Amino acid sequence: MYMIVVGGGKVGLALTQALLASGHEVLCLEIDPHRCGVLTEELGSVVFRGDGCEAATLDEAGAARADVLLAVTGDDEDNLVACQVAKHRFKVGRTIARINNPKNKTIFQLLGVDATVNSTEIIMAQITQELPVHPLVALLSFSGMGLDLVHVEIPPDARVIGQKLSDLSLPSGSTIALIIEADKTVRLATPDLALRGLDEVVAVTHPENEDALREILTSPA
Amino acid sequence: MRVVIMGCGRVGSTLAAVLAEGGHEVTILDTNPDAFRRLPRNFRGTAIVGNGIDEGALRRAGIEKADAFVAITQGDNRNVMAAQIAQRIFNVPRVFCRIYDPIRYEMYKELGVETLSSTIVMSQLFHEAILKAPVRRS
Repeated sequence: MYMIVVGGGKVGLALTQALLASGHEVLCLEIDPHRCGVLTEELGSVVFRGDGCEAATLDEAGAARADVLLAVTGDDEDNLVACQVAKHRFKVGRTIARINNPKNKTIFQLLGVDATVNSTEIIMAQITQELPVHPLVALLSFSGMGLDLVHVEIPPDARVIGQKLSDLSLPSGSTIALIIEADKTVRLATPDLALRGLDEVVAVTHPENEDALREILTSPA
Repeated sequence: MRVVIMGCGRVGSTLAAVLAEGGHEVTILDTNPDAFRRLPRNFRGTAIVGNGIDEGALRRAGIEKADAFVAITQGDNRNVMAAQIAQRIFNVPRVFCRIYDPIRYEMYKELGVETLSSTIVMSQLFHEAILKAPVRRS
């Protein structure tokens, strides 16, 4: 597949390397001439100097035959415009944007960007996971479906301890998928399985029901 | 009319002053508080420090009740993103933005965003002025 990466910062560089390593044809667009020099030393001849939001640059970069455009600059507005130009001018099949302000997810979806990756949310989730107290951590969003994969640790004094999964009344659209026991044994969530303290629950839920789900699984007895 | 203007540069501040002078309720946003020095001393509108591509800042500027929104910062991409937020999220009835780049201007016009390209407008004005100007000979 031919993929165009807009923005050659830390994310753009690592992404281009990873995509090249998996055998794709990649071109990395970077606006800053000095940064282009650094990138060319690392990546070789797959770096192109230019503004990835400009139709002329994208045209020269061969956007018309690109399968995917990934806009990963540090500025949300630039990522949005790069995706919109790729989509509307060059009919690129799939546009993916990095967003830095979590609030921009909706507007990007509304404006036709196929997928968004929210770097701030990912970093927050990773850090929250490392904290000693982590009531509910969103691990992954299934884009377009309005569902999140979340992780909850059952506190030692939780009301749900001893209850079978079939007896729990979870918020609508929420399903427990896996239980990871304190000794790291992974069990599929079967109806007869009973929850124990310090179990780690992996569940799928609607983002708006995350609070209700956390409440049920973590409130003390 | 209630008007929210994003970008307090030369054009933004002049537009804000003219509208406020005409009795309109004007709120002007800029990320840099220094920019507000361009507003006239007796400016009767509101000046708010904030980024117009942030929904929260737009709400603080009263976007939900605005009759018009104008995005006129130095950045084409910021302008066009803010304009689309105003149009699609907040349903502001009149939304305009400045785009310097003529190619991007054409595309967003096709996508239904009301844009003005100062590059195109200025070159047209100069073009007309040159053709109409009386020829002076020394």
